[in-house]
Amino acid sequence: MVKKLPKVDVVVVGVGWGGGIIASELTKKGLKVVGLERGAERHTEDYYMVHDELRYALRYELFQDLSKETVTFRNNEKIRALPMRQYGSFLMGDGLGGAGVHWNGQTFRFLPYDFEIRSQTVDRYGKNKIPKEMTIQDWGITYDELEPYMDKFEKMAGISGEENPLGGKRSDKYPTGPMKHSPQMDMFEKAAKKLNYHPYTAPSANLSEAYKNPDGIERAACQYCAFCERFGCEYGAKADPVVTVIPVAQKTGNFELRTHSNVRRILHKGGKATGVRYIDTTTDEEIEQPADIVVLTAYVFNNTRLLLLSGIGTPYDSSTGTGVIGKNYAYQVSQGGATGFFKNKKFNNFAGAGALGMEFDDFNGDNFDHSDLKFIHGAGIRLYQSGERPIQNNNIPRGTPTWGKEFKQNSIKYANRTLKIAAQGACMPHQHHFLDLDPTYKDNYGDPLLRMTFDFENQERELAKFMAQKCTEVMKEMGADHIDTMQELGPYNITTYQSTHNTGGVIMGDDSGTSAVNNYSQMWDMDNLFVVGASSFPHNSGFNPTGTLGGLAYRAAEGILKYHKSGGQLA
Amino acid sequence: MADENNKNEKELTEEQRMSRRRFIKNSGLAAGGLVVGGVAGGLIPWGGTKHDNKTQNAAQKETRKDYNHALMFFTQAEFKTVEAAVERIFPTDENGPGAKDLGVGYYIDHQLAGSWGFNARDYMQPPFYHGEKSQGYQGRMRRREIFRIGLKEMQNYSQSKYKKNFEDLTEDQQDKVLKDFEGDKVNLTTISPSGFFDMLRSSVLEGAYSDPLYGGNKDMAGWSMREYPGDQMGYTNIIDKDFQKIKPQSLQDHM
Ligand SMILES: Cc1cc2nc3c(=O)[nH]c(=O)nc-3n(C[C@H](O)[C@H](O)[C@H](O)COP(=O)(O)OP(=O)(O)OC[C@H]3O[C@@H](n4cnc5c(N)ncnc54)[C@H](O)[C@@H]3O)c2cc1C
Ligand code: SF4
Repeated sequence: MVKKLPKVDVVVVGVGWGGGIIASELTKKGLKVVGLERGAERHTEDYYMVHDELRYALRYELFQDLSKETVTFRNNEKIRALPMRQYGSFLMGDGLGGAGVHWNGQTFRFLPYDFEIRSQTVDRYGKNKIPKEMTIQDWGITYDELEPYMDKFEKMAGISGEENPLGGKRSDKYPTGPMKHSPQMDMFEKAAKKLNYHPYTAPSANLSEAYKNPDGIERAACQYCAFCERFGCEYGAKADPVVTVIPVAQKTGNFELRTHSNVRRILHKGGKATGVRYIDTTTDEEIEQPADIVVLTAYVFNNTRLLLLSGIGTPYDSSTGTGVIGKNYAYQVSQGGATGFFKNKKFNNFAGAGALGMEFDDFNGDNFDHSDLKFIHGAGIRLYQSGERPIQNNNIPRGTPTWGKEFKQNSIKYANRTLKIAAQGACMPHQHHFLDLDPTYKDNYGDPLLRMTFDFENQERELAKFMAQKCTEVMKEMGADHIDTMQELGPYNITTYQSTHNTGGVIMGDDSGTSAVNNYSQMWDMDNLFVVGASSFPHNSGFNPTGTLGGLAYRAAEGILKYHKSGGQLA
Repeated sequence: MADENNKNEKELTEEQRMSRRRFIKNSGLAAGGLVVGGVAGGLIPWGGTKHDNKTQNAAQKETRKDYNHALMFFTQAEFKTVEAAVERIFPTDENGPGAKDLGVGYYIDHQLAGSWGFNARDYMQPPFYHGEKSQGYQGRMRRREIFRIGLKEMQNYSQSKYKKNFEDLTEDQQDKVLKDFEGDKVNLTTISPSGFFDMLRSSVLEGAYSDPLYGGNKDMAGWSMREYPGDQMGYTNIIDKDFQKIKPQSLQDHM
């Protein structure tokens, strides 16, 4: 028996960054919102014992419990997809605040080029520059149109930064000044400038100074504690939905948060969503929550999976390239970097903050000429200092033993004598990279897992190789005694952590034939269903996704308010 | 502030410990508004006088018995093999203690006895198929089972090759056995030799460098060797400075 609850204005599925932003914006305007979050509640006070590398970084304390739900993966359609049984390549959020609790806080905006990638690539290089199977498309929105919303996100989160000299035009500066510079950041800056690049202090959601945001939320400055990525912030200094948007929603009295509520289906009738069905994971009771508007903010994977499970939208068919749900899954290429070993210099590698770093974008987007290159787009080249914790960071020169006496000596010697320059590379969609339902494996409620079909293509291999050379040049300029450079990007491998920057599956655009949502994140096929998150990115850029995602969430909130008033398609 | 570099270790450590008042001053947190941080909410994670006394008593700890050092999972015989193997992976040298003295054997024992050993948070639903390397571990066996079989197979291999138990081999012979497991040179039908070796190796690093609360990294000696300060409250005061040596602290210091 399914228990049916009274109808509300809006039900939000998943309360991380996307869900938190939507809830705060709508409740401020008087809408009644129910937020369903499958995980537990979280508080800053939970992090008293958070400086524990084993528990949080290696045992994945804050992440989704894979015994209950995971994804399956195969490199291509010819092999059998198998479950990701243990963590590796990416880490899914779970619990109040989602991955916004344990992210680094590197908060970038995509480039104007990203939003018009197909037309600009064709304009500059001609149609043939785009390989037949590379399914890039324009986003149905321009950078300038999205700018005010990204600005809003940055002001809510208090992003600390300085202008990217090669970025899109800003309507305002960052709300707080850049983070402090460590000696290695200064070295990187100097080297990059010497090579005529345009470095800048990376924008950070770890506050450089105390900050009060437009919602009246006050937060303390970052303490550079070095337990940031994969950890919760015990100071409330890292922008996290739990210390920003969620309390704002709660204060209005219009937000009802239900944790331990795992949504299994979006209910719909006659082309309209009518609510959701979820399970109370503490009792196993099935509950129906009717609503006028349904908003999916359950991250890339469950946004896509819930649509497929609920029979909404046309599933993508990779053999013909038609259909939209599951289309254009993309990722990122973070391997193209260089590691420098210094014989006589020591650094405070143990200290840092999740978003403490320098970057330059001279080789990102279309900021450089690709005429003679076998790839499009590029990567942000960066040096970060987020804190090298000792279990996960044992830096040794390539080719030296990985255990035994020599290993011990090298890893101890180089612990504070190693610097890394990384390239965070864009990833282009491909006709045969997609998400669908797995035919075999199920979650603990018996629903099919999501299946990922993905690999690196020539585009990514060429890009990574090119970037590794650029990183090496900078490292040389910085004076490293020995440099290890990435040689070949192998096949995509789900066992090694790369980034939790998964994108696509419910992509946006200006045409219902080739995209699933419009530029308000509203489903083309269902007016009162909004799907918000990096699931709407038609490709992935050479930047971390959340600054852009946050902008899209604020725009979606505006769209939902419009829809609530007058109904219909917004775009 | 250049003279910061010359301050001795003790002074610097004191500097790291911020009082509540000092922290709030540094962060510039003012009263009013909708306050959300744990510190502002009246909770200060660590620092204060109580804990200062505790570090002064640290020296006395040496002589005390370590009640954590007993076995939850391994048999005595297995434990001997484990201690011999981990010591080869991370040996005692002029930098300091090896895995055995760091308590890595106990660390692994305790981990296998708990949720990690049971793969409690891994997806363990059938069917089990052999997959590509890129798809990761696909076996049905749990870590504690793999470990137990792995140790047994190491003994078998040592016996068949050298007619001795692993722990009784010379260091070179032990290294050879480990290398053969690492390189899948051992023919096994039960488990993947290299899979077992990788698990062993990574748990050695975990045991050497995790917080001492887990049974390894005895007296934070693993951290001291590589000049890792463990669990400090923050590094605002040194982040923009050259390398600083800071005396390590553990989670115990914040109780
Ligand atoms: C270790 C790490 C570091 C990162 N660092 C950065 C960074 O520096 N910069 C950056 O831009 N991005 C970073 N990211 C990515 C960033 O965290 C995400 O882009 C962002 O959190 C996505 O927001 P979201 O709301 O779409 O999803 P999430 O924040 O993941 O929220 C989704 C929520 O939905 C819930 N949910 C899922 N399914 C259901 C269901 N069926 N029913 C109910 N609830 C459900 C989940 O439990 C979760 O709470 C990082 C991620 C990780 C894991
Ligand atoms: S590095 Fe800064 S933002 Fe990150 S957890 Fe520590 S104090 Fe918080």
